[in-house]
Amino acid sequence: MKPVSHISGKAIPFGAKNIDTDIIIPARWLKTISREGLGKGAFESIRSQDGNIFDDPRFSGAPILIAGDNFGCGSSREHAAWAMADFGIQAVIAPSYSDIFSGNAFKNGLLAIELPQEAIDRLMQVAEDAADEEEPVSIDLESQTVTTVFQDRFAFEIDPFRKKCLLGGLDEIAITLESEGPIADYEAKQAADKPWLVPSSAMS
Amino acid sequence: MTGPKTLYQKIWDTHVVERRDDGTAILYIDRHLVHEVTSPQAFEGLRAAGRKVRRPDLTLAVPDHNLPTTARRDENGARIPIADPESAAQLAALESNAPEFGIRYIGDADAEQGIVHVVGPEQGFSLPGTTIVCGDSHTACHGGLGALAFGIGTSEVEHVLATQTLQLKQSKSMEIRVDGELSAGVTPKDLILHIIGVIGAAGGNGHVIEYRGQVFKEMSIDGRLTISNMSIEAGARAGLIAPDEKTIAYLKGRPMAPRGADWDAAEDYWRTLQSDEGAVFDKSVHIDAGDVAPTVTWGTSPEDVVPVTGKVPDPESFADPAKQEAARQSLAYMGLEPGTAMQDIEVENIFIGSCTNSRIEDLRAAAAILKGRRKAGNVKWGIVVPGSGLVKRQAEAEGLDVIFTDAGLEWREPGCSACLGMNPDKVPAGERCASTSNRNFVGRQGPGARTHLLSPAMAAAAAVTGRLSDVRKILSQKELT
Repeated sequence: MKPVSHISGKAIPFGAKNIDTDIIIPARWLKTISREGLGKGAFESIRSQDGNIFDDPRFSGAPILIAGDNFGCGSSREHAAWAMADFGIQAVIAPSYSDIFSGNAFKNGLLAIELPQEAIDRLMQVAEDAADEEEPVSIDLESQTVTTVFQDRFAFEIDPFRKKCLLGGLDEIAITLESEGPIADYEAKQAADKPWLVPSSAMS
Repeated sequence: MTGPKTLYQKIWDTHVVERRDDGTAILYIDRHLVHEVTSPQAFEGLRAAGRKVRRPDLTLAVPDHNLPTTARRDENGARIPIADPESAAQLAALESNAPEFGIRYIGDADAEQGIVHVVGPEQGFSLPGTTIVCGDSHTACHGGLGALAFGIGTSEVEHVLATQTLQLKQSKSMEIRVDGELSAGVTPKDLILHIIGVIGAAGGNGHVIEYRGQVFKEMSIDGRLTISNMSIEAGARAGLIAPDEKTIAYLKGRPMAPRGADWDAAEDYWRTLQSDEGAVFDKSVHIDAGDVAPTVTWGTSPEDVVPVTGKVPDPESFADPAKQEAARQSLAYMGLEPGTAMQDIEVENIFIGSCTNSRIEDLRAAAAILKGRRKAGNVKWGIVVPGSGLVKRQAEAEGLDVIFTDAGLEWREPGCSACLGMNPDKVPAGERCASTSNRNFVGRQGPGARTHLLSPAMAAAAAVTGRLSDVRKILSQKELT
């Protein structure tokens, strides 16, 4: 994973609630065996409509998406995070996320920042009003703040482990494998206490 | 932590390998189900890093999403090629990744093949008190057996393959207690749709739900799997129903379940798995079973539910302005006017299947309605897709397949099918589908498809009348009870 520390730029004032991962990337795009190239299918059902916000030239190249409650609900497809990243989005700001999506986003260095609805409402307005600015919205991971060209300032919470991984661009599997000793000990104890945990080999 | 514990806390505690100061734990994973859609990039990641699968013996691979539900072998037993080259490539990747990494693989034409969430319990791979993951959000299903089961993304699939663990923070706990008895004609699917309507599609975010109360004790295992399956539609990553004698009886003798002395030890352990008296939940919701009617969805979120006897709601009737706007968009997509009686809505398609409702009891419930009846003339397409080859075999032994085909529905091979339309089973744009699946999202069953979620019996009732219909009108009082 590439390290992430600071993201600045235009923001797409999307704002919709309960955006599911079928909206972010429809199932027909999931037939790939690669992580690449899914940006073409990102938000396809919305982008098929004329005048949609994702193709609005005012927000062209925006690295930030402002969204509503329960963003990324539904299917566990990590393709949603891959598609958004490939589309150019580096951070989402929303009042809440599905648990699976926020995990998937984190694993791909896509920031999923939680701010209360009042802050979202303000950022939606800033994204529109300052759309002709280069960088209407800025996110700083180290200081855990979102700021705007109008000097709004919102502090956000982030899990310290995730923050460390994001700032350092750390490989989570490598971190876990540092605990090889405890994992092997756990397995030895389970094998002794609950040998039945290994599935029987035969099938019907 | 001492004092009374919730079932979730007990399972969590027994799986913690290591706790970190920041509150993250390394959690051991007992069972990993793998399917073709969310695994190719994970196997590729392992290859790129030169890593192996740590515990292939705890891993089971089954293709389900892309497989066509039409015949897979010709009369000579040769494989019938899959028309879509991308689907074919994804299936081929799993078929070669499984042996390369030493993982047990159930093939596309094996009798045991099916939807991973049907296969796991059916084979006795899924067990109470275990941690179960799969790159699929409906992994919550296995919680119906009292397992802590949840969906993960592809990076986590790779993480579990490599380490047999996940780095996780503990979720909060939520109790959903249902008191009283379900009325005649009301099924587990109606109950879970009702629950999602009460707590909302985000109501369970950050929580693991435990379903408690007499209703669940009396419910069959198939019904419990349906309930837990849709926990994710309420935002909860996992659902739990404490294992009991029914669970134990269900698992006994299943091919991958423990045997002999191992079985006895397992059974003793499973009997300890329930929330202690006095255990405190972070959130509690109480529901009266008597309030639950046969339930259908009107919109594009599983929280958009209404009794089948009700009407399409007016968006203005919602207090939250964001919900009003969402409802307006939903109704526009669904082509519905506020105030329309749900039972006046005509459907052109019927889908009976999915990991929510494709087990034998689901098929029996649908067949009970369809026996001696035919689909209405306006119903263009109706398919019944059993959850596994073994469910299919059982249904055929009971003659259910003949009931379905006599009724004008198609009897198919097992898989995920029209729940998400990754294979050729799709609902045409602008048409409606009475569907026993789990998601009514925009475009879920095909671009422009309009989904109404309901129970297998209600889907069968819709097939008979060509409209969303109250199943209680079709069955006699005797049949209902």
